[in-house]
Amino acid sequence: MTDLGLIAAISIFTAGFTVAFGAIGPALGEGRAASSALNAIAQQPDAASTLSRTLFVSLAMIESTAIYCFVVAMILLFANPFWEAALEAAKQAAGG
Amino acid sequence: MELTPDSNTIFEVLGIAVNATIVNTWIIMAILVATSAIITRDLRPDVPPNRWRTTLEVIVNGIVGQIAEVSDRRDPRVLYFAGTLFLFIVTANLLTVLPGFHTPTASLSTTAALTLSVLIAVPMFGIGSRGLGGYLKSYLEPSFVMLPFNIISEFSRGISLAIRLYGNIMSGAVIAVILLGVAPFFFPILMDMLGLLTGVIQAYIFAILATVYISSATAVPESADTSANEKETS
Repeated sequence: MTDLGLIAAISIFTAGFTVAFGAIGPALGEGRAASSALNAIAQQPDAASTLSRTLFVSLAMIESTAIYCFVVAMILLFANPFWEAALEAAKQAAGG
Repeated sequence: MELTPDSNTIFEVLGIAVNATIVNTWIIMAILVATSAIITRDLRPDVPPNRWRTTLEVIVNGIVGQIAEVSDRRDPRVLYFAGTLFLFIVTANLLTVLPGFHTPTASLSTTAALTLSVLIAVPMFGIGSRGLGGYLKSYLEPSFVMLPFNIISEFSRGISLAIRLYGNIMSGAVIAVILLGVAPFFFPILMDMLGLLTGVIQAYIFAILATVYISSATAVPESADTSANEKETS
């Protein structure tokens, strides 16, 4: 397998694994946060507005860990620095 | 696919490439400044407030209320700083629905610049309220061993602040583009609506986190001592 093919294959594999494993933790965390908030709202319906606002903020903060993984996957797929370097090297090898 | 509007050069001045991020930032700044200037043009007691002024007052009062909930100190400069951050980010995020408008918050340069302003503002507020020695001493709390970790946390909170905003807005745009290729009829609109909700929430989080960092830097150490004593006694 050429260098380019190797880099492409490993990048795509790693991007998939990054999103897959990066989604597990935040998914569990968000489920716990939402269930606790629902419990709290069921016990104190008066505080529902404060609880849901805090829930939204905490969900977005938990979600940002998944977003980090997504950013890494996007960089691997669309802005891979090794891919550019290998492409450069392949062009030079073909030209020279 | 382009991940940021940075590579989209609009025009060049004296060899400096002015890209879509800069131009769109200027557009948002112009919108904010012009709207505020026009609405508050005749801000006198004898002029009855019209609906635009009332809208502005509702927004500003909302920001004041939110800041008062997180920080106990009533410092108007926090309102200017965090409120400006919130208004800029929320305008930028809401303008994503305009076709052809690349929002500047989808570029890591913009969010890193906003984060830098927060990272500079936090020590300034801290030094302003506690003095230089008092602020530097806060790095040695609770003990001398924690000094490197306090410095690392300062940087890591900056990185997470920048990447959180960038990743959320950029992912919304990228997912919309991908869905346009998969299911172009109706589904991207729903994702755009979700993107609007995410944009407002992320702007809120950015401003609230800036307020929390500032208020934790300006917190008077006596209150921390009393709360620790209360914990010990209880």
